[in-house]
Amino acid sequence: MSYPRILRRTLLYMSVLTFVLWVLVPIFFIGISSFTPRNEIYKWPKPLLPSHFSIDTMRFFLNSYGVLNSLLNSVWVALLTLAFTLAVGAPAGYAVARFYFRGREGFRMGILITRMFPTALLAVPLAVTFIRWGLYDTLIGVALIHTAMALPFAVIITTGIFMGVPKDLEEAAMTLGCSRLGAFARVALPLALPGLAAAAMFTFVISWNEVFAATILTVHNRTLPAHILTTIQASPLYFRFAGGFFMILPTLFFMFLIRRYLFHMWGGATAER
Amino acid sequence: MTARLRKFLGTDTFLPYWLLLPSIIFIGVFFLMPLFNAILLAFRSDAGSFTLDYFKKMVADVRFIEALKYTFFLAITIVPLQVVTALAMALLVNTGFRGSKFFLYIFALPLGISDLAAGLIWLSIFTQHGFLNSILYALGIIDKPIYYISYQNIGLTFLAVVAAEHWRATAIVMVILVAGLQMISKDYMEAAEVLGARGWKKIWYVILPLLKPSLQSALIIRTIFALQTFAVVLALAGDIIPVLSGEAYFWHFLYRNSHIASAYAVFLMVISIGMTWFYLRFLRSRMEVIRG
Repeated sequence: MSYPRILRRTLLYMSVLTFVLWVLVPIFFIGISSFTPRNEIYKWPKPLLPSHFSIDTMRFFLNSYGVLNSLLNSVWVALLTLAFTLAVGAPAGYAVARFYFRGREGFRMGILITRMFPTALLAVPLAVTFIRWGLYDTLIGVALIHTAMALPFAVIITTGIFMGVPKDLEEAAMTLGCSRLGAFARVALPLALPGLAAAAMFTFVISWNEVFAATILTVHNRTLPAHILTTIQASPLYFRFAGGFFMILPTLFFMFLIRRYLFHMWGGATAER
Repeated sequence: MTARLRKFLGTDTFLPYWLLLPSIIFIGVFFLMPLFNAILLAFRSDAGSFTLDYFKKMVADVRFIEALKYTFFLAITIVPLQVVTALAMALLVNTGFRGSKFFLYIFALPLGISDLAAGLIWLSIFTQHGFLNSILYALGIIDKPIYYISYQNIGLTFLAVVAAEHWRATAIVMVILVAGLQMISKDYMEAAEVLGARGWKKIWYVILPLLKPSLQSALIIRTIFALQTFAVVLALAGDIIPVLSGEAYFWHFLYRNSHIASAYAVFLMVISIGMTWFYLRFLRSRMEVIRG
């Protein structure tokens, strides 16, 4: 290798390394904070690494009043959101991917515009409406607004997924005697399944992470982020750190699982603008 | 007749509309109705007549101007920072060096991290006995902790929020730009190289103009969400730095006044639309200049 080439390689890898450290070091910090003994969090000068690995802080967090309950609420809300979003969004994605019909472009534009709605604009009036409907402070109520927030993504993602399933295959199945529904269920659905699973996980993450609407729409039935946010001023630092770490654990895992689909999703979102 | 009608409705002409129906109903109930109700809440008095009282109250509140100022400053600081960082990351990954795929996934990790969690993560760095002070102490630069987050150091507190938001949401911009880079045809690149464009020249004259649609999407999405910055600020800075979304939250949650909370929400929506319009107009005209 020539000298300038080596220099360029070194520069390239050094910049990459800088970005990697920038992304990973804060995650590492919150990780070790969550496994530092509680009293060491306030020590000065604080050693960079804790004296020993301790699950004391994590245990304190999980045993704190309201945490376990809100954790279960979060899981339920996310699962409900996932079910609602796929039930409502996937048929629309299929329609946009498969058919040319009047109003198709209008629908796609409408879906994109909904992404510009500030969360406050949905959550505040819906809180008033939900009180009237008996949905205020219920998990279903929170799941419904999370569905609204995840729907644009779901439609865009599933459109991309169904576009990736050749129409010919479904037509062949229908020629061979399948009904329209049969062709979809036996041919298109199995092929789209991995993509739909990725969309489902993405929806789960959106709901699990959402805090503004969840806080506005609940009083007792808080989700985990809503519980942490509303108690934040009164809780000790180690509680906040453990909470932060606990909230990112499942999302990092899901993001890793669906890493191949992320670019597909956002690429599709961009292409349609 | 009914049988024929049923058959007609069951054909492919109507099928797409049936499939769209659930989402259209959903959009009606969960987007259009709240929009309508928010406008009613913000402009209609309890007696039922049109009023600007809620907006006047909102503007007269001491925290309003502060919230507007900080929301605006956050957006104009964070968004350009993110675009530049994301562009650097995307171009690095796009060179396709060995292991670039793997690093791409690492760069994309913060995509799954919520604003609240990001605020708490950076709190562990910026708090009084946090990691930044510990590192500076270990290096012998300071001997007493610096208070990054306090009313006395609003500038530093602001920078802490910027650092956290920059870290969290750059990944979204990067993913959009990488997707955009992948869509640029190889022919352009080859043509550029044949004509002698290398390095920075290639980036400036070939890649960036072709990347404009992606840049535009990224700018619009990020600006709209930056204007709604909320949980990062609350987790990191408490109420030291007021922001518009935070005020909507406080008015609804603490003061139980959904009229003024709605006024804030409508105000945010108007700013978002304004910014989108600005980007669409501004960037499109630039693009025509380049084409011409």
